[in-house]
Amino acid sequence: MLDRTATRRTVVRALAGGAAATLLRPLSGLAWPAPAPAPLSRPIPSSGEQIPVVGLGTWITFNVGDDPELRDECADVMRAFFRHGGRVIDSSPMYGSSQEVVGHGLGKLGRRHGVFAADKVWIGSGPDGPEQIEESRGRWGVRRFDLLQVHNLLAWEEHRPRLLEMKAAGRVRYVGITTSEGRRHDEVEQIMATRPIDFVQVSYNVLDREVERRILPLARERGIAVLVNRPFRQGSLTRELERRPLPPLAAELGVATWAQLLLKFIISHPAVTCVIPATTKPAHAAENLGAAAGPLPDEAMRGRMALHVERL
Amino acid sequence: MPEWWTYTLSDFLLFSPRTYYRLIERHNAAVWPAPVLTLALGVTIAALLRRPASLGSRAVAGVLAALWAWVGWAFVYRRYATINWAAVYFALLFAAEALLLAGVAMRGEVRFGWRRGAPGLLGAALFGVSLMVYPIFAPALGRGWSRAEIFGVMPDPTAVATLGLLLATEGSSRWPLLVAPVLWCALSGATLWAMGSAEAWIVLVSAGLAIAVSVARGRRSP
Repeated sequence: MLDRTATRRTVVRALAGGAAATLLRPLSGLAWPAPAPAPLSRPIPSSGEQIPVVGLGTWITFNVGDDPELRDECADVMRAFFRHGGRVIDSSPMYGSSQEVVGHGLGKLGRRHGVFAADKVWIGSGPDGPEQIEESRGRWGVRRFDLLQVHNLLAWEEHRPRLLEMKAAGRVRYVGITTSEGRRHDEVEQIMATRPIDFVQVSYNVLDREVERRILPLARERGIAVLVNRPFRQGSLTRELERRPLPPLAAELGVATWAQLLLKFIISHPAVTCVIPATTKPAHAAENLGAAAGPLPDEAMRGRMALHVERL
Repeated sequence: MPEWWTYTLSDFLLFSPRTYYRLIERHNAAVWPAPVLTLALGVTIAALLRRPASLGSRAVAGVLAALWAWVGWAFVYRRYATINWAAVYFALLFAAEALLLAGVAMRGEVRFGWRRGAPGLLGAALFGVSLMVYPIFAPALGRGWSRAEIFGVMPDPTAVATLGLLLATEGSSRWPLLVAPVLWCALSGATLWAMGSAEAWIVLVSAGLAIAVSVARGRRSP
């Protein structure tokens, strides 16, 4: 029996002790399958390559400057993330020192190969894009980026063709666009519908569900992978919900914290490829990966989850 | 910026409060015992201005110029810019104020001094807050002495102190000197507000008072 009032800390202790079941299957019944080590993964539609459904964001949390203590704490977060099967890390030149801090962690952990490096181009001038990308690559210390996205559609008309040229030359594997907080969705849809892109990154969580109307169905229709940012509304959602007991369906889904429940809501949408929660705590990184295990809610349960949170 | 009305202050906050406060702590440790010296300079400024004199006023402008240049270089450019890419531009603001103050020190066209009346009292109060109350905020708010913000070391108390001195000073030639501290207080106030930091009130009120008093004086002037 799960303790529905368990805190993130107690759950993470359990996870760290290897108590988490890690095999995931669609919810058609509630019998537990045998545990397996790898987190749930989903294919990138344009290639079929599988990536874990839970990644790691770096907005604010990894912008710690040259503070050696905080840099090592971020490396500890990455260590826990990799240890629990995580691969996708997302950053941007807009995030202050986050790229350098990711690079520090990758170097310290010896994980420059194997990480799925997702970054962005964020500059108003198209011709300056390649130089910024090269600077970003140097900060990460990786041979090449796996995914490059046009950050918040800034100068996307100029950047996208250059990114596609880089992809054709083998200097990046996937190309995408991003938006956040529901901004410029009409333009995002237009690009998705008319231009070849591999990824789209949007904000999506149990309360901010506007993307369910058109963007997520369009992503499925066009074979575009979806990265999800702001799954916890920058932590405000989990802070608010953690004061309240989990709903009964949490036990059915094998989760013991609100964070895992919120992540399961997101990754259970069939169009979502990967959600990228950010954290400063290794324990939370492990806990987040724990959401990529066990049963996922079906459509009826998703509706109940949303209704429950809206009423709180 | 498209859909600008959908942005809030927190959308522009690039770092966590913990990272910012640790930045202050590391800076204080790196420049120690400079805070003792800059506080002594602050007390010296207050003493010099008890008797307004041309030489004392020039010395005050020179000390302030040096402090603005140092704070802009050592904290804003070298340290704050590691977590806020916009700080490189903020540092230019500090450089501009340092140059203006250096010019005042050389030409002596602004006569600093504790004038009588409400603006003078207000200015003296702001200067006193920046010197004596600001360092207490961090320990009082549970962040400890190591994260205290000291006049002449950190930008906020330096800007508030400068505004206090300028409020207590007469003459339209001081107006250009108000621009950088008011802008910094607005920027820093917005950042602190987004961080949920109580000090936001001090810098925002200081900037507001500087603008209000300057406008009121401007209207009274022929």
